[in-house]
Amino acid sequence: MRWLLRKDLLILRRSRLLVALLVLYPVAIALLIGFAISRSPARPRVAIVDQTPAGETVKVGSERVNVSQYAKQLFNQVDAVNVATREQAIAKVRSGEVSAAVVIPANIAARLSSATQQAQLEVLYNGNALEQSLVQSSLDSAIAQANLGFSEQIQQAAAKAIAALLQGGNAGILGAPENLVGLSEIPGKLSAIIARQPPGHTRTELERIAAFAGFAAQNLTVSKQVLATISQPISVKTSLLKGRRTPLNTFAVVVAVTVSLMFVCVLLAAGGVALEREERVLGRLVRGLVSREALLAEKGLLAAGCAFVVTLAMLAGVGAFVPLNWGRSGLWLLALAFGALAFGALGVAIGALAREVRAASLLAFLMSLPLAFLALVPSGSVSSGFYAIISAVSFVFPFKAALQALDAAVNGASPALGPSLAHLAVLTVFFGALARAGLRRAD
Amino acid sequence: MSPVLSVSGLAKSYGELEALGGVGFDVEAGETVAVIGPNGAGKTTLLSLVAGSQAPSAGSVSRDPRDVGWAPQQTALYSKLSVSENLELFARLEKVADPAAAVQRMLAQTGLAGRADEPVANLSGGNRQRVNVALGLIADPPVLALDEPSASLDPGQRERLWEFLDALTDAGTALVFSTHHLSEAHRHADRLLVLADGRLLFDGTPARLLAEADDASGDLEHALVCFLREQGTPAGRAEA
Repeated sequence: MRWLLRKDLLILRRSRLLVALLVLYPVAIALLIGFAISRSPARPRVAIVDQTPAGETVKVGSERVNVSQYAKQLFNQVDAVNVATREQAIAKVRSGEVSAAVVIPANIAARLSSATQQAQLEVLYNGNALEQSLVQSSLDSAIAQANLGFSEQIQQAAAKAIAALLQGGNAGILGAPENLVGLSEIPGKLSAIIARQPPGHTRTELERIAAFAGFAAQNLTVSKQVLATISQPISVKTSLLKGRRTPLNTFAVVVAVTVSLMFVCVLLAAGGVALEREERVLGRLVRGLVSREALLAEKGLLAAGCAFVVTLAMLAGVGAFVPLNWGRSGLWLLALAFGALAFGALGVAIGALAREVRAASLLAFLMSLPLAFLALVPSGSVSSGFYAIISAVSFVFPFKAALQALDAAVNGASPALGPSLAHLAVLTVFFGALARAGLRRAD
Repeated sequence: MSPVLSVSGLAKSYGELEALGGVGFDVEAGETVAVIGPNGAGKTTLLSLVAGSQAPSAGSVSRDPRDVGWAPQQTALYSKLSVSENLELFARLEKVADPAAAVQRMLAQTGLAGRADEPVANLSGGNRQRVNVALGLIADPPVLALDEPSASLDPGQRERLWEFLDALTDAGTALVFSTHHLSEAHRHADRLLVLADGRLLFDGTPARLLAEADDASGDLEHALVCFLREQGTPAGRAEA
């Protein structure tokens, strides 16, 4: 096996273009996938026309809320381009300089303050459906946040007014008299007056008023809590059932490295075995010089070794830009080694079934890419039946198991490393046996 | 004198197709045996079974595959390696005691010493065939199995190859080869094995085949066609 390995390294050294492609192509694909996964959607460029007078406020109860404060919430969601007039905004949308324009009308403060008319923003789009969808979802989200902010302000103003009614004093409520008596004080004050009254009609009426004041004070106290609930009726509490949450950027690194591991390993192993057939040397080798098992093991190990080195270097390189836990590097090595062996076994199986290097490479490529995509399909994105099929396909090929193993090793994600390594070991044996069967005929 | 190679009841089937059915023969040391017959007769299958590159469905070969030097019909070489690298690799895989000396010996015998460092991909078809045969000889085996060794050679190259092979058989190496060049078989073979449809129809000297075909012209090709026709083989009927 040593001489065969030496021969293959010599051939690899003389196939510089092939080696360069084998390394650069998967790394490029892996980086593209990683970039696509980790990059958040771009903020759309939107022209903003703020026609409200500077410093305009909206009165909510006794509070005044600055309109520009909420407009800024819109600006945070988009790449805002401030323009002076609606016409300028339309020109920018038409020219494609911006994806959309938002016009904040001058009367927005008056409408918000009226409490009877809904305030309205004007949004202008261009004709591109994809851009319109992106801008619309960003603006919908921004307006929802602005509405939520307003409702919180209104709730706070209402709560202050209720507190003033309950506690009395100088509440600062417009039109309210000074030293207003609090509703909660009325039952006590009335009780003292009632005690001094003789029995009769007047005392009975005062007792009824005191009962009403007590009841009203109790219910106003409860209404403060009700207002708080109405202002934010749904809140979210997030719980992770098992494992720990993997940050998207480190998961992207894991995906990129696994894709590279797969491509280098499968293509090299498949090509190596197919080359023995293409050069018609297989028949010479297996007549007692090298056993078929040793030949397959040599090809698989060579491919696994090369892929291991490439991806380890890639992981270390990416680690300079993305925070990785270097204390877990021993586990990385384990996951990469098991993954490389499983991909090597898949590669030699493909090489044993194909008869030419080109056919083997094409088959390896055609199989690898869909396997990677299938393994990345999220469970809720397709029907449960289709997802069961995808899961079954992903289970019998090494990509998903390698991805899970590396994610567990790098990020401590679930499922744990042990089961994934055992899965990869079983797949290595399975594809090794398949390769042995495929290599039965030497011609 | 005991045979250096004994083949007994050798058969090979690919599913329903029987490529070779119960072929047996012996070869003495220094003997040259030509396997002839029409296309699809089973010549390549017989030689690959003798060389051990395929496992037989039935029957046996007395020699271990490593005792049989083999050169397949199509050159089996690593085109990215040089002539000497190919020779050295197989010398090491054959566990030759002194690989470097074996490489030098084969380079001298094939006349390729001047092109030892050239990649095989750069060689002509004839020179590749010489390296192909040399790989079969690298371990100095007692038996050689060559499948159409002169198929891609011009007359000059063929002449040089036979000078080389005749020298080996003179030194005691047994040679079994297949060919479509019946003049070559007539000239170099001590014995002929005639195969048709996977069956051994004749095992004897060229002179005996000429006699059995009742061919006074001495044309072995004509004699073979007559013989196959007499045997009632599909190839013979097609010729008729």
